[in-house]
Amino acid sequence: MAQEEVNKILSQEYKLGFSVDVEADTAPPGLNENVLRFISAKKDEPEWMLDLRVKALRKWQTMREPHWAQLDYVPIDYQSISYFSAPKKAPNSLDEVDEKILEAYAKLGIPLQEQKMLQGIAIDAVFDSVSVKTTYSKTLMELGIIFCSISEAMREHPELVKKYMFSVVPMSDNYFAALNAAVFTDGTFVYVPKGVRCPMELSTYFRINAKNTGQFERTLIIVDEGGYVSYNEGCSAPQRDEHQLHAAVVELITHKNAEIKYSTIQNWYPGDETGKGGIYNFVTKRGLCEGENSKISWTQVETGSSITWKYPSCVLKGDNSVGEFYSVAVTSKAQQADTGTKMIHIGKNTRSTIVSKGISAMRGQNSYRGLVKISPSASGARNFSQCDSLLIGPNCGAHTFPYLESQNSSAQIEHEATTSKISDEQLFYLRQRGLSEEDGVSMIVHGFCKEVFSQLPMEFAVEAKELLNLTLEGSVG
Amino acid sequence: MMNIKNLHAKIGDKEILKGLDLELQKGKIHVIMGTNGAGKSTLSKAIVGHYDVEVTEGEITYKDKNVVEMKPEERALNGIFLSFQNPIEIAGVNNAYFLRSALNAKEKHAGVKETNAADFLKLMRKHIEQLGMKPDMISRALNDGFSGGEKKRNEILQMEILQPDVIILDEVDSGLDIDALKSVSEGINRMKNGERTFLVITHYSRILDYLNPDYVHILQDGKIVKTGGPELVKILEAEGYQAIEKDL
Repeated sequence: MAQEEVNKILSQEYKLGFSVDVEADTAPPGLNENVLRFISAKKDEPEWMLDLRVKALRKWQTMREPHWAQLDYVPIDYQSISYFSAPKKAPNSLDEVDEKILEAYAKLGIPLQEQKMLQGIAIDAVFDSVSVKTTYSKTLMELGIIFCSISEAMREHPELVKKYMFSVVPMSDNYFAALNAAVFTDGTFVYVPKGVRCPMELSTYFRINAKNTGQFERTLIIVDEGGYVSYNEGCSAPQRDEHQLHAAVVELITHKNAEIKYSTIQNWYPGDETGKGGIYNFVTKRGLCEGENSKISWTQVETGSSITWKYPSCVLKGDNSVGEFYSVAVTSKAQQADTGTKMIHIGKNTRSTIVSKGISAMRGQNSYRGLVKISPSASGARNFSQCDSLLIGPNCGAHTFPYLESQNSSAQIEHEATTSKISDEQLFYLRQRGLSEEDGVSMIVHGFCKEVFSQLPMEFAVEAKELLNLTLEGSVG
Repeated sequence: MMNIKNLHAKIGDKEILKGLDLELQKGKIHVIMGTNGAGKSTLSKAIVGHYDVEVTEGEITYKDKNVVEMKPEERALNGIFLSFQNPIEIAGVNNAYFLRSALNAKEKHAGVKETNAADFLKLMRKHIEQLGMKPDMISRALNDGFSGGEKKRNEILQMEILQPDVIILDEVDSGLDIDALKSVSEGINRMKNGERTFLVITHYSRILDYLNPDYVHILQDGKIVKTGGPELVKILEAEGYQAIEKDL
């Protein structure tokens, strides 16, 4: 089958690559304590936060960028990045949000006016370094649910932020986590009180707009005993020739009988076929199942970024707690992804499930890296892992790095892995029944991802499917 | 219905079909028999546009068009159907979803209303029952983990639902037990309507007892060397291909 035709369709343009011209307050490039003071002042932060930032920066300065991942990229010059950019007009309510920002979100299909929004989804919109709008906060407040930007949380709920921030991902956890701790600008904060099931999907949309800036958001979600929340995040960025750095941290905490369902659709600008431009996505996500019978479930659909380095993990501390990781990672063009999870079993009878689907096309390189660790205390622990790779075309690659450490003989661990190619014969079969080449590939790829997509909330599953079609349209082996 | 003229085709560098002529008549059942390597499967692949086969000369005329120049899916949408000798497995693709998509593609091409999910399920259930297939054929993945017999019945199921005009059955009888052979043959017979044309490629006369073919063609070394009625099968059965060769 004609490879040129395939490449032509595969190399189609990124559709969210526009930028808007918004007057912005941007910090000069470079990273030092003055920049931290600038950020802290801009965000009107309490003094204790600035102290933590400075501590994190000092820690970061002693650390080295990790290079154990299967990733090959141009070195990052941390002094050439601007660590803060915010639209000049600081909005207090929706009426004050800059028209251009509202337009930008409308273009992305995300209306911020509450009356126009999808029923049952509350949105926090983060534009470059600041949260510009959180919808439905008041409605949620009546249930005792806090859903706001992390900056607001620092001012309004310092006791919660102090207690939980850095409790799951310490500032010294890794190089990028330390960087984030020093310069994080905004992000989302969620607190669900005891016994409350959040009645609507909570959602954050991250948008990078300004040039030469990094985005460093921090998300903190706490669900108290018996509570439940389903949280979703989406991301996009303008098409630019330079690489931009995104280093986020997400911390989740579930107490006894509580549950968090966390879904991500990551569609940062992937760069072009030659590897020019695109987002460097270095993200630390970790959840702590603190209480017994608690549950944390990660679902991610990763289609964007030129480099993805991301391992959403679960620390299963409470007895009988459950961790899940469902992932679809697509690498096309010259994208590289090194992604997977860590399941750390500490409590008794803890269970974890890992389902990872990697799809590689064109020159994409896709690695699954996962750790299942069973501590001596985790008697009766169980893990099931399934890692499948699908290759489209002759120039891409798939790699699997599963790590298993079991220190308890009563644990049961199962690992299954497959690698398959969309074969010419499969595609021919579908075409012989009257389906076009594109529809055939799409059918095979969607079949491959089905288990993961079925974990997403309905609206997001639809978005994920469309996104996958856009990324892989017409790809043939 | 379909006229194949002076067809030359190769797989890789090897010429397999060497000037094959064959006229398939409307409403008739044509049988092609021949030794291994004679070019039977290459002929079926050439008709449906399989990527393995390169047609170097000659034409296949169907509905006033040379199908050699058409994409595989265009040939399919125009009513050419191949029951594969070894249907491929596609994990994760639901059998019913796949078949409905194929039917809808055909309906769209024909400019008629597309069958909705509910009507399609009714239709599929009816055919599954007729073919003696298990009800879980609706929910299973396409040919994934199917037995040989289940795969062949699934081909017949697709044929019955897609209602093609020219039907090529490439060794549809191989690996079938008597019950499966019977239900597959019944499926084929249900499709006979005096309009549809069948090209049955087989090694065995067994299935022909059920199908009552109109013409039997002997394919040897890339050409049709003999054409006759069902009586040819009897000669082959009794004396083998050598009898035909002697005769030439």
